Amino acid sequence: MSGHVAPKSLYYLIFLALMIGTGVTVLVAKFDLGPLNNIVMLSVACAKALLVILFFMHVRWSSRLTWVVAGSGFFWLLILFSITMSDYMSRGWVPGTLR
Amino acid sequence: MHGVVMVFFFLIPSIPAVLGNFLVPIMIGAKDLAFPRINLLSWYIYVLGGVFTLFAALSGGVDTGWTFYTPYSTAASNSHVMSAALGVFITGFSSILTGLNFIVTIHRMRAPGMTWFRLPLFIWAHYATSLIMILGTPVIAITVLMVAAERALHLGIFDPALGGDPVLFQHLFWFYSHPAVYIMILPAMGVISEIVQAFSRKNIFGYSFIAFSSLAIAVIGFFVWGHHLFVAGQSVYAGLIFSFISFLVAIPSAIKVFNWTATIYKGSVSLDSPMLYAFGFIGLFTIGGLTGLVLATMGIDIHVHDTYFVVAHFHYIMVGGAIMGYLGGLHYWWPKMTGKLYSEAWSKFSALIVFVGFNLTFFPQFIAGYIGMPRRYHAYPPEFQVLNVLSSAGASILAVGYIIPLIYFMYSLVAGEKAANDPWGSRGLEWEIPSPPPTENFTVTPVVTEGTHQYVHPSQEVGVA
Amino acid sequence: MLDRHAEHFPGPIHQPPLVANVDAIQPGVHAEHAYHPRLQHHFDDMEQQVEASTLGMWVFLVTEIMFFGGLFMAYLVYRWASPTGFQEASNHLNVTWGAVNTAVLICSSLTMALGVRAAQTSAPARTQVGWIVATMVLGAAFLGVKVIEYTDKFTHHLVPGPNFVWEGQYPAAAEIFYSLYFCMTGLHALHMIIGLGIMTVIAIMAWRGQFDSTYYTPVEVSGLYWHFVDIVWIFLFPLLYLIGYHYH
Repeated sequence: MSGHVAPKSLYYLIFLALMIGTGVTVLVAKFDLGPLNNIVMLSVACAKALLVILFFMHVRWSSRLTWVVAGSGFFWLLILFSITMSDYMSRGWVPGTLR
Repeated sequence: MHGVVMVFFFLIPSIPAVLGNFLVPIMIGAKDLAFPRINLLSWYIYVLGGVFTLFAALSGGVDTGWTFYTPYSTAASNSHVMSAALGVFITGFSSILTGLNFIVTIHRMRAPGMTWFRLPLFIWAHYATSLIMILGTPVIAITVLMVAAERALHLGIFDPALGGDPVLFQHLFWFYSHPAVYIMILPAMGVISEIVQAFSRKNIFGYSFIAFSSLAIAVIGFFVWGHHLFVAGQSVYAGLIFSFISFLVAIPSAIKVFNWTATIYKGSVSLDSPMLYAFGFIGLFTIGGLTGLVLATMGIDIHVHDTYFVVAHFHYIMVGGAIMGYLGGLHYWWPKMTGKLYSEAWSKFSALIVFVGFNLTFFPQFIAGYIGMPRRYHAYPPEFQVLNVLSSAGASILAVGYIIPLIYFMYSLVAGEKAANDPWGSRGLEWEIPSPPPTENFTVTPVVTEGTHQYVHPSQEVGVA
Repeated sequence: MLDRHAEHFPGPIHQPPLVANVDAIQPGVHAEHAYHPRLQHHFDDMEQQVEASTLGMWVFLVTEIMFFGGLFMAYLVYRWASPTGFQEASNHLNVTWGAVNTAVLICSSLTMALGVRAAQTSAPARTQVGWIVATMVLGAAFLGVKVIEYTDKFTHHLVPGPNFVWEGQYPAAAEIFYSLYFCMTGLHALHMIIGLGIMTVIAIMAWRGQFDSTYYTPVEVSGLYWHFVDIVWIFLFPLLYLIGYHYH
């Protein structure tokens, strides 16, 4: 723990950003933008998560180890997603079979 | 049932829980693990999980194997899948909490001067193991939970009849369960690294290579799970990649084996019982590892998939590796843990019996599997008779080899000679404190000024060029 | 018997003592760290204790990421397999309730952060408890909305199982979607309930005046947990509620 005390105004600012982000995703989801829907939705979600992690969870002022630990969780999730999907997406590449 | 109990209740917790909980704090010069109460909690959780699994065993068992493959486990099996699965789910948390405790302890509780590269290799191995426990175990927990939800509430997740995909279950299951194999073997490797140094009276050959190979096994282990799915309907291209990455695991494993042998080379070797187990480990692990390469080859795997060849392979790793390491470690640190000495003659004898019995049990299974005997059937054609009889005979001998230590260990507790601080002439913080260690391990926080396992001062090391 | 090694082996050529300068280690060495009543016996000082606790919580949160990760993996595979089916199914979720709940959780994260800050700055116990209770009220509100939503699903036969009824084009995908919906939001709600339990304990501790700028680890680490649960919802909301918002 950093022991760093962030000013209240920063917390309110982050809160405002999170609320605006929520509004933006809901608004964008109303329109059919094709694949862009997903991109916007997920980038906003990631940005919001990042704000919470960095400021509300004090990672911004924490040791490098905390950065690594927090990052490793998401990195391993990415391993799980990407390798599993590499199987599903390459199904049927061999002509005449389902594999 | 055998698989559930052995994997989740013996192989995974054995070395970390029995030796790790005791030795990790001592070896890094700490008074205790970072969270002693969480440590106790993980024991209670383990017992609770054990109760569920025991209930499943006593009330008729589970016929899904330890893998709980869907849709059989969710739609067809009418054995006690729920309670066994819950047992696995609950025990998973005990494993997670142990891993968490080790990671925090190793990061935050090291004695002054105990830098990362002065850590004993046992600690490195446990650190790598803990990483897998942390990153993998939650995935199997949620997977087992989904199986339970599908079985109990008919939520469609994996059952094709409900629109699900059973291969997804296998992906999620093996994402944990392949790295779990390294949870079982890495601590044993850590034990062997300690024993080999102590009984060769030499500094470990290639310290940093062994340390990093532990981490490499832990990390690469997360990229190879698909080699369990070669015939499960996985795409050929994914199979190719998984096959290739599986070969890579052989590199850090081989680094360890070569470095151990290089350590023994020209050492002042004494054949005490821990060292006998270490020799057993190195040989059997090599056989198990090399047959692993055979199985990682996609073409051959399709031939020997689900045969006794696979059974023999993983028993060479699990029994020949993990259990040899566990027994070796138990013999090595028994005087330290209990303060009592056991019978050296009997322990050497039993190490020999275990080695012979083990090989007699499992080597015939390589042959039987290669010529086509499938696993998971109780019956077999007459041409496999000889091999099966050999295997059964070996199992009986192996059992004797396990019972003898039980007897002389018990005996040593009541009537054993008192052990000195350092009965083997080993190096390391754990051998500088009384046997058994006092509460809080150290009366004064130790200050470490050099590598803790220096058998020879680096400036005077000779021989291995 | 084992001690024969002494003669049997020449032993190490040279072995300097591992524990150097034992005499130099006096109790006074750690004098700069004043004794704190909350220091547990096996830690050297408060700093080590605090660092261990925070790191422990972060490692636990990594396991939580992987725990929810399995469900997200399933979601990814099935949505990839039938994207339109998922949109159709998602269209039946109530976006308004979802958005309200998102706002409620973000508010609770704010009050939580301010609660931690109150402890950090040695604010009066009343203030600390105030923020924590506000967090709990918002958390309870979230769960209340969840109950309304679940009831709605039950009455409309949207709970997977024998009573599942789907009028649209993709009944199989819809059933999978709702299976995942209940697993994911159910697990999330369970975490909220556990969070409320933790916050109750923290509120009592704060009320007793146990937290000030020298010791506030329990508030800090429970706050980390609370924020994590919020983050999970930040992803669940768009992935479950919004993918079918424009679907007709």
